[in-house]
Amino acid sequence: MNYSIIRYIIGLILNMEAAFMALPMVTAFLYKESQWWCFAGTMVICVAIGILLTRKKPTNKVFYVREGFVTVALSWVVLSCAGAVPFVISGAIPDPVDALFETVSGFTTTGASILPAVEDLPKSILFWRSFTHWVGGMGVLVFLLTLLPLVGGGKGHHMNLMAAESPGPSVSRLVPKVQSTAQILYSIYFAITLLEIVFLLIGGMPPFEAITHALGTAGTGGFGVKNDSLAGYSPYLQNVVTIFMILFGVNFSVYFLLLRKRFSQAFRSEEIRVYFAVILLSIAVITLDIRHMYDSVGTSVRHAAFQVGSIITTTGYATTDFNLWPQLSRTILVLLMFMGACAGSTGGGIKVSRIIMMVKTFRREMRLLIHPRSVQKVAMDGKAVDTAVIRNTSAFLITYIMIFVVSVLILSFEGHDLVTNFTAVAATFNNIGPGLELVGPTQNYALFSGVSKLVLIFDMLAGRLEIFPMLVLFSPKAWKKF
Amino acid sequence: MKIIIIGCGKVGLYLAEQLSEENHDIVMVDTSQERLNSISEDVDALRICGNGASIQVLLEADIKNADILIAVAESDELNLLSCLVAKQISACQTIARVRNPVYSKDINFIRKHLGISMIINPESAAAMEISRILRFPSAIKIDTFAKGRVELLHFRLQKRFGLAGLKVSQVAERCKAEFLICGVERHEQITIPDGNFVLEENDILSIMASPRNAAQFFREIGLKTNQVRSSIIIGGGKIAYYLAQILHSMKIDVRIIEERQERCDALNDLLPDDVTIIHGNGTDKQLLMEEGLKVTESVVSLTGVDEENIFISFYVKTNSDAKVVTKVNRIAYDDIIDSLDIGSVIYPKYITADYILQYVRATGNSIGSNVETLYHILDNRAEALEFIIRENSPVVGKPLSELYLKPELLVAGIYRHGKFIVPRGQDSIQLQDMVIIVTTQKGLRDIRDILR
Repeated sequence: MNYSIIRYIIGLILNMEAAFMALPMVTAFLYKESQWWCFAGTMVICVAIGILLTRKKPTNKVFYVREGFVTVALSWVVLSCAGAVPFVISGAIPDPVDALFETVSGFTTTGASILPAVEDLPKSILFWRSFTHWVGGMGVLVFLLTLLPLVGGGKGHHMNLMAAESPGPSVSRLVPKVQSTAQILYSIYFAITLLEIVFLLIGGMPPFEAITHALGTAGTGGFGVKNDSLAGYSPYLQNVVTIFMILFGVNFSVYFLLLRKRFSQAFRSEEIRVYFAVILLSIAVITLDIRHMYDSVGTSVRHAAFQVGSIITTTGYATTDFNLWPQLSRTILVLLMFMGACAGSTGGGIKVSRIIMMVKTFRREMRLLIHPRSVQKVAMDGKAVDTAVIRNTSAFLITYIMIFVVSVLILSFEGHDLVTNFTAVAATFNNIGPGLELVGPTQNYALFSGVSKLVLIFDMLAGRLEIFPMLVLFSPKAWKKF
Repeated sequence: MKIIIIGCGKVGLYLAEQLSEENHDIVMVDTSQERLNSISEDVDALRICGNGASIQVLLEADIKNADILIAVAESDELNLLSCLVAKQISACQTIARVRNPVYSKDINFIRKHLGISMIINPESAAAMEISRILRFPSAIKIDTFAKGRVELLHFRLQKRFGLAGLKVSQVAERCKAEFLICGVERHEQITIPDGNFVLEENDILSIMASPRNAAQFFREIGLKTNQVRSSIIIGGGKIAYYLAQILHSMKIDVRIIEERQERCDALNDLLPDDVTIIHGNGTDKQLLMEEGLKVTESVVSLTGVDEENIFISFYVKTNSDAKVVTKVNRIAYDDIIDSLDIGSVIYPKYITADYILQYVRATGNSIGSNVETLYHILDNRAEALEFIIRENSPVVGKPLSELYLKPELLVAGIYRHGKFIVPRGQDSIQLQDMVIIVTTQKGLRDIRDILR
């Protein structure tokens, strides 16, 4: 294990977080709020520690997979702890565990809150909550990669960082250089976010709300600035958010291919087709199921589309209390939670590509039972999938289920009903936000005890980083020098 | 630049490592996913699994925007086909490795009529390199500049030269020859020396001089300078075949020892009658003695097994004064091998790759900088650059002693009106000069960059 490079990168992350906090500080100045000093103070602390850690350049710049995993997991923990400080010292969320829960929920783009009434909070704090979504959506280390070459010499080592942070079973480069790939991804991300802000402004949303909602949608996060999430906005604004949520759930490499005018390659992607098919089918079924609850079919479609888009991309905004919907619709939504968005997007969950791969593996096993000696390969987009990727996907699912079971078990000590516990874990582990019953869209996570909150914090981080980096972080073997 | 490399064997991988270090966009294409996966993350490159001659694969590799395509896959035909296909759909330059001797006579035809920019035959290139060493047996390695009119020679400082303990400036005073010591390697450390640097025994010196002056210098310090007159080649592979041809044309007596009867017969048919082919095992000490190991002036071990070559060379070194050249193809421990006393070591894979690299760098340099040629010398730890002075700049017209140069940088030679000048403090750079700069600081783009 190469400690010096990990120390160095953590230092850079802290410096970068300090830079991020300049934005809410400016917001505080703009709205003449007294909270600017909370951010200024945290910035000073971050920079002080950051400079201390980065003062000595690492001697050994070699960077393997395990360093990548540990660095990413540790960065996220450090990032969350530092990000929670403004909440505590401003008095917005006095309890440290609550503040950590809120920050982790922000960075992991979960959007699960412990706050009952967000409208009372200062604007700068609200902006910081939403901004954590945007940073966490595409990844902090990926952001760092766009700015500076972390490791000199063999810059290909950066791939180990990117692979550990990016969602999906396998990460591919868009262009030969890792750094250029990161830059392209962030440019696309930035451009679509801007586009959404423009569309929201056209619809008459006040600038502050337009920006925070766009940041929340882009990261597929879900923190709003209103107590009733997006229920109070006009149908146009709700539709805009629906479309952008679904767009941010698409694999970003598709946008890259479209920009390069490689249309046939872009539309060949099986994952995208399945993703849109599932969305359309779910909207249709739910519309039929809930049509008696709303006055017109149009309203039903709008609510169904919004909720489906919000849940499958793991955003977690709501325009209506879907906890009150019929059982069929509720069940579909819970299942969509697990499916999640496309690999290489900002969304969470198991990912569409993993589901496709597992279904194909299952089909292959079935065929092998019937024709034991037949030669079968699992293929995606017309190319055979590497067996290592399939093995990794199976391992992912098994670990996923185990963590899920243990988390539900720990939560159940508190005596809440099964649906609450089950959907609380599902909604945090898959980075969605609202669940059902006591953690439904109109409720929040304040009812859980400190221990349960820590479990959910772990689940959120594990869900965002796709489990293994968090497990490696807590594995003593990974930390040994030899 | 955007470079596509087809085939990631030894040469392809080495090229990718070097070029990605130099910040080019690299795409690697290979038919084996396994081999692509095994490339270390040191190489910042896009990997594509597929046949490099297929248009689909080349399009996926974005051939349309590529600057250079390098085909170094196993099969000659695949390499040529990839280049042909690439030429049809893109304006990129193409480089193919072609190693079958049957094609070697067609190389000029292929290059001209099929529009391939460069064709390299690794075995023939290696043979060329060996012949250059045998022509000048005192040097470990020779780089050439200004189309061969200036040479950079590397040699080990031995006790009997009487130069150890002297300062660089004193060495220059003692010798009448015009030369410049422009690099010293000691204990893996490279120094660009100034006048006060003190030489020690076993240093590896690099001197820059015209071929005539280099010969005179070696004569003055008492080193053999004539080309060898006889050579024993152990192992009769492709390199041996090309080498024997070259040596024969240089009027050197050649004996090839080869173990397989059919290969002996084939060589006998292919090579001129003056070349003696001996059927026998090259590791047989008795046979080596019988064939004149004690009296020959050079031995080249070219068997297919690296270990065998190394041991033969050891044996020759202890039993004879002959110049020894050892081929190492596979073993990756370069630094260990270099520390062994087995004469000049040649690595065919590096020779091939270095030829290609030189071409790529020259292409890259013609875009955006005025470096004429760039050589990586002394194990890539220093660079020698050729500049042609076409316009006025602060470095022109002033005596070198008045220029405020960067540290670890040397104006190693000026080539003016067909004459090579070893620059001293009072000399100055003039318009139309060709200037050679040696430095450990990488990334010079313009002659002005030599100033602090």
